[in-house]
Amino acid sequence: MALFKKKIASGVDTTANAAETPDKEQPWKELGLKEDEYARIREILGRRPTSAELAMYSVMWSEHCSYKSSKIYLRQFGEKVTDEMKKHLMVGMGENAGVVDIGEGWAVTFKVESHNHPSYIEPFQGAATGVGGIVRDILTMGARPIAIMDQLRFGAVENPDTARVVNGVVSGISFYGNCLGLPNIGGETVFDRVYQGNPLVNALSIGALRHEDLKLAIASNPGDLVILFGARTGADGIGGVSVLASETFDSTGPSRRPAVQVGDPFAEKVLIECCLELYKANVVAGIQDLGGAGLSCATSELASNGNAGMRVQLQKVLKRDESLTPEEILMSESQERMMAIVPKKDRKKFEAIVNKWEVEFSILGEVISEPRLFINWGDEEIVNVPPRTVAHDGPVYERPVAYPSYQDALNADSVHARGLYRANDSGSDLGAQLWQIVTSPNQASKSWITDQYDHYVGGNTALAMPDDSGMVRVSETSGLGVSIATDANGRFCQLDPYQGARLALAEAYRNVAVGGAKPMAVTNCLNFGSPENPEVMWQFKQATAGLADGCLELGIPVTGGNVSFYNQTGDIAIHPTPVVGVLGVIDDVARRIPSGWQDAGNNIYLLGVTRDELDGSVWADVIHDHLGGRPPVVDLAHEAALADLMHGASLQGLIESAHDLSEAGLAQALVESCFRFNMGARIWLDEICERDNVDRTCALFSESTGRVLVSVGREDDVKFAGLCEARGIPVLRIGVTDDSGEIEIQDVSTFDLAEMRTAFKATLPALFG
Amino acid sequence: MKIGVVTFPGTLDDRDAARAIRLAGGEAVSLWHADNKLQKVDAVVLPGGFSYGDYLRCGAIAAQAPVMKEVIKKANQGLPVLGICNGFQVLVESHLLPGGLIRNEHQHFICRDQKLRVENVDTAWTNQFTLNQEITIPLKNGEGGYIATQEELARLEGEGLITFRYLDLNPNGSMNDIAGLRNERGNVVGLMPHPEHAVEPGFGPDTDVAMRSGVDGLLFFKSVLNALVSA
Amino acid sequence: MPKIIVEVMPKADLLDPQGKAVASALQRGGNKDVTGVRIGKRIELHFDRPITDTDLANARKIADEFLSNAVIEDVVNVTVEN
Repeated sequence: MALFKKKIASGVDTTANAAETPDKEQPWKELGLKEDEYARIREILGRRPTSAELAMYSVMWSEHCSYKSSKIYLRQFGEKVTDEMKKHLMVGMGENAGVVDIGEGWAVTFKVESHNHPSYIEPFQGAATGVGGIVRDILTMGARPIAIMDQLRFGAVENPDTARVVNGVVSGISFYGNCLGLPNIGGETVFDRVYQGNPLVNALSIGALRHEDLKLAIASNPGDLVILFGARTGADGIGGVSVLASETFDSTGPSRRPAVQVGDPFAEKVLIECCLELYKANVVAGIQDLGGAGLSCATSELASNGNAGMRVQLQKVLKRDESLTPEEILMSESQERMMAIVPKKDRKKFEAIVNKWEVEFSILGEVISEPRLFINWGDEEIVNVPPRTVAHDGPVYERPVAYPSYQDALNADSVHARGLYRANDSGSDLGAQLWQIVTSPNQASKSWITDQYDHYVGGNTALAMPDDSGMVRVSETSGLGVSIATDANGRFCQLDPYQGARLALAEAYRNVAVGGAKPMAVTNCLNFGSPENPEVMWQFKQATAGLADGCLELGIPVTGGNVSFYNQTGDIAIHPTPVVGVLGVIDDVARRIPSGWQDAGNNIYLLGVTRDELDGSVWADVIHDHLGGRPPVVDLAHEAALADLMHGASLQGLIESAHDLSEAGLAQALVESCFRFNMGARIWLDEICERDNVDRTCALFSESTGRVLVSVGREDDVKFAGLCEARGIPVLRIGVTDDSGEIEIQDVSTFDLAEMRTAFKATLPALFG
Repeated sequence: MKIGVVTFPGTLDDRDAARAIRLAGGEAVSLWHADNKLQKVDAVVLPGGFSYGDYLRCGAIAAQAPVMKEVIKKANQGLPVLGICNGFQVLVESHLLPGGLIRNEHQHFICRDQKLRVENVDTAWTNQFTLNQEITIPLKNGEGGYIATQEELARLEGEGLITFRYLDLNPNGSMNDIAGLRNERGNVVGLMPHPEHAVEPGFGPDTDVAMRSGVDGLLFFKSVLNALVSA
Repeated sequence: MPKIIVEVMPKADLLDPQGKAVASALQRGGNKDVTGVRIGKRIELHFDRPITDTDLANARKIADEFLSNAVIEDVVNVTVEN
C-alpha cells in the first residue's frame, strides 16, 4: 500500500514521534474512517495515533469488524431472550461462535458467515477463503469441525458474467471444503438478477466438542505467552476488511483492488489436527483465529476479553514477504493463522506438538495485567492503546431509517390486483406450468453443484442434500446427532422484511423438524444493501425485529451470526436477504426421516392449510416475472405444534417420509418426494380446493406456510391420523405412492417420472457445465 | 489381527478406514508418516485424502515418507496393502502398482455412488466377493483418471490384474474403465472409490431397500482378515 | 540468484485433460489458429552459491526420480540459469 511505503525510508512512526508531531497529516479518510471517528481516536489516546495505531483502528472500526451500523439492532437477539431459552446455551452472542449443550456431555458450536465482496472480485479464492474462515471460527471454540454448508446467491442465469461467478465459487468451495475433509451436508442456491453485481456467498460450519473442551478467546493470566502459529504472514487482503466490505461497488466495477486472500486448505487441515492435539494436551489457555483484520483483531480481542493487556514484538511475526511494513503486518489477512495464549509452563509441550505437525510458530510476547496493548517494532513502540477501545468500544451508529417510498405501491401490486392469469380451467396448461417451474434454474436439481462436494468423509453423515436438512452423528455410541437447515427468501423480504425474516426462520425450523430433530438454536447471516441508505436501514430494522420476535415466540435463541452490508451496485441494493440457520438435536440419527418415499402403496398426507398466497411466489416469478403484494402469513405457534407432531411421529416410527412445502409449494414438494428414490405417486387436488377454498393454481403453487407432505405406511394410518387430531394439526389424505413410473395429478396432468427427472437434472449442467 | 492405517499430513479418511477395520472385526493401528517401523501390523491401509495438499503430484511426496520405505519393503515380501484413492496414488508413485493417475477428464471433483464390477477375487482384499459381483461404492475425487501405455494395458488385461471396473458410467475418463487393480502377487490392491464409506448401515450409499443402507465396502476388510487367518 | 531450471511435460502420447480444456477455451475465444495445448511444470532449484557440474548432475537425478513421474511425464529440460 502506497500510503505506508513512505515509512520504510523514514523509519517507523513511533508513539513518541506521534506525541511530538500532533499536526502531521494522516490518511484516515483513505482508510475508511470518518472525521468524528478520527477525532475520537485522538481523544482516546491523548495524541494523534501512530500510523500503526491508525491502521488498527481503521480496520477494527470498519463496518465489517465493528458492526457499528447494526449493533443497536443486534442487541435484540441478546435481549429478547427468556431464561428457558438460555438453558442449553453455553456460549452466546459476541464470541467467535455460539455453543449449545446437546446432552450426554456433548456440545455443538455453529455459525454462518459471509464472504460476499471477495467472491465477486475473485470467485474461487473468495469462496474458498470464506469456507476457511468459518471453519477456523469453529476450531477456535475448541471443537473438531464436522460439517459445512453454503448459501449461494447469483445473478440471472442469462447474464454471461453469472457463469464466471458460479464456476469460481462452486470450485472454490469444493476445493477448500473437500481438502479439509469436511462433508458438505446442504445449503441453497438461488439465481436472481438483483444479485448480479453482488453475489452472496455465505458459509456455515458446525463443530462438536465435549463440554470440558470449550475454549474461549481470552487472555487473562499475566505471564502467559502470546503465540502466533500457522501460515506465514503476507500481503493477503491488506485493507480488505475496511476497504472492501465497507464500500459498495460503483457501477463500473470495484473502486479499489487490494490483494485478494489466497487460501491453502492443506495448511488448514494440518492446523486443525495440530490444534485438536494442543487442546487435548491442555496447553492452550485461550485461542483466537485470525480472520478479518488479522493481528489487529486477534491481539486486541484476546486482551479485551480477558480485561488484560499484551506486550507484543511485531518483528517476530514470521513473514512470507520481508518487505511488509508494520502497518501491513497488522492489517494482513493471510489465511490459516491462529493466536494461542499458552502458560509458560506448557511452552515445551506446545512446541513439541506444533513441530510434530510441521506448523510454524512464533512467540510474539506475553499477557500483562495492565489493560493496554503495547506493540513494538524492535526497540520502537509503535502501538500503545487500550485494547477495549479497539475491539469492543468502537463507534455505534444510529443510522437514519426511512420507510421506502416504493413500499406501498409494491404491496398494493398483488397477484390479485394485477389479475395475473391462472390456468385453472386447463389441466394441460397447469401441467405445462408445473414442468416449467420445476425445471427452472431456482427449482431444478442442484446436483451439478452438490456432486462436487464430498458428503461422505467422516462417516457420520446421516442426512445431506437433497433432503431438507443436513444431519450429522456426534456420538458413535448412542447415535446422538445434530441437524441444520438454512433458509432465506429475498423476494418475501423485499415485500415485507419483518415477515420475510419470520418466514425464513419458520422454514428453517420446519426443515429441521421434518427430519425428526428438535430445533434448538439459531444463527443468521444478514445480507443487506448500504446502511447509508435509510430505506435499507428500515429493511434491516424490520428484519432483525422480525427474527428476534420470532425466536422469542419459538423459544430458541440466536447464538451468533454475521452482518454483511454494502451489497449494492450504485443505487441498486440487493433484496434484503437475511439467511437464518436453525440447529436441531436428535437423540439417535437412526430415527431420521428421509424426504422422499421409497415404498409403493403408502398413503400421502398433506399437513397444514393452503391459502391463496401467491404473492412473491416462484409461480409469480417464473410464469409472470412478477414481484408484488404481501408474503404468506406465518403462524409460529402452528409451526411449533407441527414440529412437535413430527418429533412424536418419528419417535413412534409412524412416518416413512416427510418433505416440507416452501418455494413452488405442493408441486415442488411432490415431484421432489418422487425423485428422491424414483418412486411415483398419484394425487388429487379437489379435497384441498374444497376444504381450504382455494383454486387449483393455489393448491399446486401457493406458498402457504406450516405445511408438510408426508407418506405413511398403511399399517400406521390410524395411529397417524389420531396423532394429528390429538395435536390439532389439519391433515388431508391427498394421494398414494405407486411404482407405475408416473407422477399423476388428477385432472391436471400425468408425467413420466424418468423423463421429468432427467429434465429436472439437466437444467444446471446445460447452463454451467 | 492388527491392520495399520497410515496418516500423512493432509490424509482425510484415516478415521473412516479405522472404523471399517473395527466393524469387520479387526484392530486398527494408527501409523504416522514419519515412523520407521510398522508396529508389527499384519496389513496396511493407505487411506484417502489430499496428502501434502496433492503438491507436485498426488501421492508423490507421501511416497517418499519414512513409513513408505517400510511399507514397500514389507509389501514386496507379501504384506497385504490396500491403497484407497489418494492411497492408490501413493501406491502408483511408489511403483507398487503400475500406471498413473491424472486429473478427471471433465475437470471437476465428483462425489457419487459408483457401481463397480469385481473382476478379480484372488487377492488379499477381494476374496470375500464372488467373481463379477456388482457393488456400489462411494467415489469422490478430482484426479482419478487411470492411464497406462497400450502395452501395459494389454499386459494388465491379459494377466487379469484389473480388479475393479466402473459400470454404468466412467466418472473420470480412466482408460478401459479401470477403477482399481492388483499386483501380480495379489497382496497389493489399489482403487479410486472408497470402500470405507460403505461399511455401516445408515451412513453408506442409498439402496433400493433403504436410505444409506449400502455396506458393500465391508467385504474388503473382511477379506483381508480372512486372508490373514487362512495364511 | 543461481538457479537450476527443470521443465516437466506430460508424456506426448498421454491424455492431457488440462491442456485439452485450455485448447477448447482458446478456440471458443476466437483463437482458431491454436490447434493444441499441453501444460507442464517449470521448477526452480535455488542455490546460494555458484552452481557446479555435480549440482547439475544431481538435479537431473532429482528431476528423474522425484520431480517427475516417468510413467506419465518426461523431463524435457534441466539447465542452469544465472
